[in-house]
Amino acid sequence: MRLAFSIALRFLKSGKGQTLLIALGISVGVAVQVFIGSLIQGLQASLVNTTIGSSSQITIRSESDERTIPDWQRVVYEVKLASPDVRYVSPAISGSAFIEYEAGTEPILLRGFNLADSDPIYKYGAALYEGRLPERTDEVIIGRDLSEKTGIRPGDKAFILLPAGDAVRLTVSGLFDLNVQSLNRSWIITNLETAQNVLGLDKRVTTVEMQVATVFSADGMGARIAEVLSDEDLVVDNWKDLNRSLLSGLNGQSVSSLMIQVFVLIAVLLGIASVLAISVVQRSKQLGILKAMGIKDRDASLIFVFQGAMLGLLGGALGIGFGYGLLQMFTTFARNPDGTPVVPILINPGFIALSGLFALVSAMIASVIPARISSRLNPIEVIKNG
Amino acid sequence: MSDIITLKGINKIYGTTVKTQVLYDVDLSFGEGTFSSIIGASGSGKSTLLNIIGTLDQPTSGEVSISGRNTREMDKNALAELRNRTIGFIFQFHYLLPEFTARENVLLPYRIHDVHPPKEARDWADELLNLVGLSKVANNRATNMSGGQQQRTAIARALVNRPRLILADEPTGNLDSDSTENIYDLLRNINARFGTTFIIVTHDQRIAEKTDRIVEVKDGKIHLDIIR
Repeated sequence: MRLAFSIALRFLKSGKGQTLLIALGISVGVAVQVFIGSLIQGLQASLVNTTIGSSSQITIRSESDERTIPDWQRVVYEVKLASPDVRYVSPAISGSAFIEYEAGTEPILLRGFNLADSDPIYKYGAALYEGRLPERTDEVIIGRDLSEKTGIRPGDKAFILLPAGDAVRLTVSGLFDLNVQSLNRSWIITNLETAQNVLGLDKRVTTVEMQVATVFSADGMGARIAEVLSDEDLVVDNWKDLNRSLLSGLNGQSVSSLMIQVFVLIAVLLGIASVLAISVVQRSKQLGILKAMGIKDRDASLIFVFQGAMLGLLGGALGIGFGYGLLQMFTTFARNPDGTPVVPILINPGFIALSGLFALVSAMIASVIPARISSRLNPIEVIKNG
Repeated sequence: MSDIITLKGINKIYGTTVKTQVLYDVDLSFGEGTFSSIIGASGSGKSTLLNIIGTLDQPTSGEVSISGRNTREMDKNALAELRNRTIGFIFQFHYLLPEFTARENVLLPYRIHDVHPPKEARDWADELLNLVGLSKVANNRATNMSGGQQQRTAIARALVNRPRLILADEPTGNLDSDSTENIYDLLRNINARFGTTFIIVTHDQRIAEKTDRIVEVKDGKIHLDIIR
């Protein structure tokens, strides 16, 4: 242990009130940082999850005349080959139609999936609140809003009118609620075979849809998949290109959160710097005699760097504790009527540790000014003035 | 008797635009183990002279040798080390670190070159505290002592590294006459016991008369140099 360290420690210990006050100042800064950072991260994660967590993040469609993909098995194979980051991939069919019921007709979107493969993407298994998933051909499930509007219940027949003029009868086996009104009102979900039969697609599909592990790299991954695909008519869309405004919103949020954190940090830094600078002036006579007694300039300045580091460490630890407590309080007390938190907070240990580290580093940067004053202090000036 | 301090042609000029010369061509030397005083009116340059001897201040021209080493060729760190090992300072004000006890304050100069003082050093500090009559308050903070006790602590501190030279600038300036008497007896005692060289700056004629040599500085020059 260096002398500078033991002097620094003694200085801090002897001024307990002052030390605690600075540490509290730093800790408030760190707590605000941890709280706002976690809040924004949680908000963004929840927003992204709500927007694209239950939908296709990369979609392959065809621009051929028929707008269909004949050899979809090959496409699925090529997708898996192109990127190991693809988590779920499923062939899918979309076709517009109308449903006819007692009071009139409603436009619908007939969606055919390979049910086992696509359930992890759309999670309609979990969204099913009545009945069961389609098991036989000609069985479908419909959304809550469509069911309420048309009065069609599980076990009833749905009368589907196709644009070409044909009509089919499908059996409703269950009802789903995907929490998105437009889907609940228009989607009719069935298996691939039924959709192919109804829409006359033979063995073809209209899209291949997938979810990826790292959602924010969907654009790069989409480009890579596009390179690999052998069918020239296929185009690859990704959610980022289709959700520009959401992305710029998220970006704006990140930047403003960062700005708040930076300014909090600057305030903390200035606070520490000014207190330590005052402390140098307060102790200039003692520093002067230490220098006369032979302490080197470097050690004289290290006293304040150590003080800064210890204050940063103490304040950082306290701040992480406060921030964490604040997050817990927020998730415990700020709840929706159904018991879920208003904002699902993301507790990211890496981010919290980084906030603590920032406090430590900024406290040390703040100590540079007093350290320089201390280093430049000339014992003669001090002793003469005394 | 060899000289511990030799000053040759020391000039000291303060200021760059308005120049004030404080010392003029001072040649002076002090023998090892002597007990001398520097006297003079305030503003005569006696404190500046002492600071130059102690390497706290640099002369504008001229040379300072301490134990035969020319200080002009030494950098700041080397000078700091020289001060730490060779010179003990006693000032008019004690400048003890209020956060530390008397014993810890005494050990500080030792800890500058060795942060963990061995038992011998700690025992030596206790012996010095005993010598200055402070064994009972050794564990008191500097703020919990009387003015005389604080100054005696500062004297013990100046001695802890067994310096060959003690520079004292008005060491009793803040003390009453009884304490002043005690302190001088103490310094004399240390001089006799350890052979430490003392140079004491004072404006008090009575004190100067108790020393073996009186150097009077007047208007930046050596006016009188009486060896008794």
